[in-house]
Amino acid sequence: MHTLPDPTASGDSRSDGPRSDGPGSDGLRSDGLRADAPETVLNPAPGNAPLVAMAPGTQMGSRSRLTAKESVFADGVFRSAVTFCAIALVASVGLIVYELIIQSHLSMSKFGFGFLTKQIWDPVGEDFGALPFIFGTLVSALVALILAVPLSIGTALFLTEICPRVIRPVLSMLVELLAAIPSVIYGLWGYFVLVPVLRLHVEPFLAKYMGWTGLFSGRMYGFGMLAAGTILAIMILPIIASITREVIMAVPRQQREAALALGATKWEMLRIAVLRNARPGILGAIILGMGRAFGETMAVTMLIGNRAEISKSLFAPGNTLASVIANEFTEAVGNTYLSALVEMALILFVLTLIVNGLAGLLVWSITRGTPRALA
Amino acid sequence: MTTQNIQWHRRLTNALALGVITFFALIVTVPLFLILGTVVKRGLPALNLAFLTQIPVPIGETGGGMANAIVGSLMLLAVASLIGIPLGIGSGVFLAEYGRNKYGNIVRFTADVLNGVPSIVIGMTAWALVVVTQGHFSMMAGSVALGIMMIPVIARTTEEVLLLVPQAIREAAFGLGIPKWRTTLSVVVPTAKAGIITSIMLAFARIAGETAPLMFTTLGNEFWSVNPNQPIAAMPLQIFKYATMPYDQAHAQAWTGALVLITIIMTIVIVFRLIASRGTLKGAS
Repeated sequence: MHTLPDPTASGDSRSDGPRSDGPGSDGLRSDGLRADAPETVLNPAPGNAPLVAMAPGTQMGSRSRLTAKESVFADGVFRSAVTFCAIALVASVGLIVYELIIQSHLSMSKFGFGFLTKQIWDPVGEDFGALPFIFGTLVSALVALILAVPLSIGTALFLTEICPRVIRPVLSMLVELLAAIPSVIYGLWGYFVLVPVLRLHVEPFLAKYMGWTGLFSGRMYGFGMLAAGTILAIMILPIIASITREVIMAVPRQQREAALALGATKWEMLRIAVLRNARPGILGAIILGMGRAFGETMAVTMLIGNRAEISKSLFAPGNTLASVIANEFTEAVGNTYLSALVEMALILFVLTLIVNGLAGLLVWSITRGTPRALA
Repeated sequence: MTTQNIQWHRRLTNALALGVITFFALIVTVPLFLILGTVVKRGLPALNLAFLTQIPVPIGETGGGMANAIVGSLMLLAVASLIGIPLGIGSGVFLAEYGRNKYGNIVRFTADVLNGVPSIVIGMTAWALVVVTQGHFSMMAGSVALGIMMIPVIARTTEEVLLLVPQAIREAAFGLGIPKWRTTLSVVVPTAKAGIITSIMLAFARIAGETAPLMFTTLGNEFWSVNPNQPIAAMPLQIFKYATMPYDQAHAQAWTGALVLITIIMTIVIVFRLIASRGTLKGAS
């Protein structure tokens, strides 16, 4: 009982002090709160005086108030700094678009929309058309998808639904490592290992049994659309598999349980409950993989044979937007030639933009609301 | 009888389908082992000290290596990191802490767009920005391209891991009167450190082997050069060049280069994994 009044009394006298001398003299303040004196000089706003008086632990109160004041400034600086980073990110995309348009202006004004539909590629006569390259880009990506989609959906299903817990991390790491191999090493391997195998074993086999389709005929070089599509398939497997896996995991557990409770076998459950629900997301994963395939450069450049022709046969050499840039850009002479190659890059950019936008929308429609699983 | 038949039929389909799925999953790992196996088998014979310490010699002469390309690649990575890591983490912090609105959505969308832009297109932008302006090829141009490629990867992953930090931790810091910038830098970011390091690792793994954006920016160099303003050698460029030459000696060099490059990338990935996992343990305890 006796101890309680004591601190309150001292507290009262303290808080009374500043309150009383608020208007005029500061004798009491300066000797009681010497430590604060230099700081208050920095910040002499009179309007804040009552706040100091009301704070029970005056010393603490005033100090935190001052840091708060400074930190309003610091907060502003911090916010501006991270905003600057975000603006730099947006600006770099803006720069890509701007530079591509500026640098390809010459070619655009010279050839117009005919550039997209012409089959001519004549650096000497300075006449260019992008059709064989657009064709090559689309066809090589299509071949890659036909090979990669079943495999990657299978892998995703296996990892999420069938795989024993023990080997799951090992298998998913192996698939991840596939994504870490550089494009040029895929190219190297394709050049010396895949192409001979295709030429000596796979292509004769396909020509013998599937030659009637017209897709597998003509001279067998090994290099060509089929080689490029195969290597692309291996390269886009990990991305399709990992996104499909994410989408499949987003399907509610109750859906699976409901199917099983109705007596479905595991496969029927996967088909009815999982795959059907995840369909738009899986489509998004596939399209995203296609976007990757459009932009892959080195491995394709090394395997596709680099001939600017449209051919029905997958054995024939072709060319893609990315590979023609990689092959010819450093050696291109003449402004029109350079400009035409930049326009190819612009077409490639627009293609991937459309494809990725579409895919992003589809994946988002499935995974929204569920927290994204971290690798 | 009929129901039994259906059951039998369904069971068979089930077994077949599950078998096919398992088979597909196993097939997917085959290319990995084939590629890594070939790289080791063909790269190991020519791997020696000279390869790591000497610069390339003309075809026909013995010896020679990729020392200049190894140094060049490390320099490219270092300078690209100076561009990509601060901008990436900064953008990630913006998205997580200030980006729950319209502007955040714009930045998020743009980051995804940038992530999908083919590397060769980014290389061409760096060419137009740096090479055309300066009038000559240089290491800097290549670093700009690689740095831009790092930004969206780091930004999006950083955002994700920052959002995983419980709101209660932020509120605890605010309750102590700690301002937002201090809370973010001293409380939120350290808590998410492991995830941010993983994002940097992902970005490294993505750009370390990139060849296409270097072809008309960094260009490559047969000689020693550590001048950022000049063309410089880089491992992926050197591998590409040797692979497409019609000489066995060049091919051997390409395979050894591939082995060294893969080893460097795997080392980066594994070292960062270890750091990241240690950070997680520290955060959990």
